[in-house]
Amino acid sequence: MAEYKGVLVHCEATEGKLAAIATELLGCGRKLADDLGQELYAVLTGSEVSSLAKEAIAFGADKVYVVDDPLLKDYQTDPYLSAMDKVVKQVMPQILIIGQTSIGRDLAPRLAFKLETAVSLDCVELAIDSNSKRLLQTKPVYGGNAQATYICESNPQIATVRAKTMSPLEPDSSRQGEVITIEAGIDPSTIRTRVLEKVPEAIEGIKLEDAEVIVSGGRGIGSAEGFKQLEELAKILKGAVGATRPPCDNGWVPDGLQIGLTGKIVAPSLYIAVALSGSSQHMSGSSGSKTIVAINKDPEANIFRVAQYGIVEDWKKVLPAFTAKVKELLAG
Amino acid sequence: MNIIVCVKQVIDPEAPPASFKIDPATNKAIPPPGVPPVISTFDEYAVEAALRIKEAQGGKITAISLGTNLLRDVVKKPLSMGADDLVLLEDEAFVDGDSWSTAYALAMAIKKIGDYDLVLCGRQAADWDTGQVGSGIAEILGLPSVTIAKKIDITDGKARVERVVADGYEVVEVSLPALITLSNEHDEPRYPNIKGIMAAKRKEPIIWKPADIGVEPSQIGASGRHTKLLKLFQPVREAKCDIIEGETPEEAAANLALKLREAKML
Repeated sequence: MAEYKGVLVHCEATEGKLAAIATELLGCGRKLADDLGQELYAVLTGSEVSSLAKEAIAFGADKVYVVDDPLLKDYQTDPYLSAMDKVVKQVMPQILIIGQTSIGRDLAPRLAFKLETAVSLDCVELAIDSNSKRLLQTKPVYGGNAQATYICESNPQIATVRAKTMSPLEPDSSRQGEVITIEAGIDPSTIRTRVLEKVPEAIEGIKLEDAEVIVSGGRGIGSAEGFKQLEELAKILKGAVGATRPPCDNGWVPDGLQIGLTGKIVAPSLYIAVALSGSSQHMSGSSGSKTIVAINKDPEANIFRVAQYGIVEDWKKVLPAFTAKVKELLAG
Repeated sequence: MNIIVCVKQVIDPEAPPASFKIDPATNKAIPPPGVPPVISTFDEYAVEAALRIKEAQGGKITAISLGTNLLRDVVKKPLSMGADDLVLLEDEAFVDGDSWSTAYALAMAIKKIGDYDLVLCGRQAADWDTGQVGSGIAEILGLPSVTIAKKIDITDGKARVERVVADGYEVVEVSLPALITLSNEHDEPRYPNIKGIMAAKRKEPIIWKPADIGVEPSQIGASGRHTKLLKLFQPVREAKCDIIEGETPEEAAANLALKLREAKML
């Protein structure tokens, strides 16, 4: 009976390069593989992705499995499930790491069930237990109020990992590795969905995930109008506007602005939290911020437990003066 | 259209973070005193999605809930919103499972219900946030699945689903029967009206035990787990908030800006 060995990382690609999260997962996988004394493998699934194998090796992979097929060009559950099932059965990794992305959230659970093993989604920490040598999978639970650490006895042990929690290695283009092609062999009649249309979100300016400064508003902003003041401040600070769930659910701002456990995960240098309570669900998305500034009229608001600076006042009385002073200071 | 919706009773996720406490002996969250449990947030969106489809096409909605200490006021909420039937998998053997054993029990219950066109679930439960049970049910039952939906339209035995992705959304078509998970980008769940609440009060839930759905206790709940929870903990957060003051709010605002400038944050 063949043994499960090695750490396999599913690498996504964007615009002809490895996605940032892929490089982060390779960095994480490298450490796990080294702790286990095993090899690190990467798997690329897509169409015309073979050229990325070199990059995966530069970022730490010993072997790269390439599953290149036109049916894998755009993500759909059935073909990706079929491809990854085939890869896992051939490679038999002890650990499989996937990005917590639009793809990972959909693929990983079904794959875990298909393989009759288990997965932990949205892990923020992975480590090898020194005694059992099993993978310790740590993830936020209870909307971010707590974290839980899991272990799985079956193989492969699968985890999806949150973006920006792991560090990539310094790419080394002199690294050597093996590239192995696996035929996808997908029967098109097994694909039970059809992507009719892709609609990109119409958000101008900096992407929240990349912003160095974010001005974020919560339920207390009260209206779409109110958010205009946040937009003004964000513009002066060359930052982006974010929101908690209620403003999105109320239609004051587009859904794409939602920062939180099920929204965008951000890590700016400066996070200005205006009229938001600081629920754990929201902080799950924003706690990566270097400095948090809070403006809220409720002194008991949870945000004051996580912010470095705060004003306990009605935001409507504070923000205009704050914005004016910031404008003045930046001009002078 | 026969629609099945899975709903879970959870500790109210809107309870203040300060009230969240863990019992380290059992690795469980302690329900905050005086705060009643609720239906998990995304499950309410699944109920709303079902109601909209029923309004458009006609049909029947059956809600299923797995757990113990299920408060009738709480688990009957789908009925008071407009669902037709409620099935409870209420037995000690069902609880303390992980996604694997929970999805298995729910899948077997859905199999027993038998005649369905659509299964709807929330994208993740507001307590353990595993985000897998819907997909797991689909895999066990051999159904196609579309996850993280914000809109569902049904025509001619097909669902047209708007699915949220990182930079926008995709429109995905899937033939029924299928399983779809819902996210909060969907239209808001309705408040029950008096008529709905009265109808719910009169309706008796159907209660099933493991034997009723043909499962062995070893396959479900705590016994059927594929994962082990080692530790439930709250990471220590140390942030001392510097509260900036002033004679007026406007002055405080200016002081804050100056402080941030000093600290080179601007």
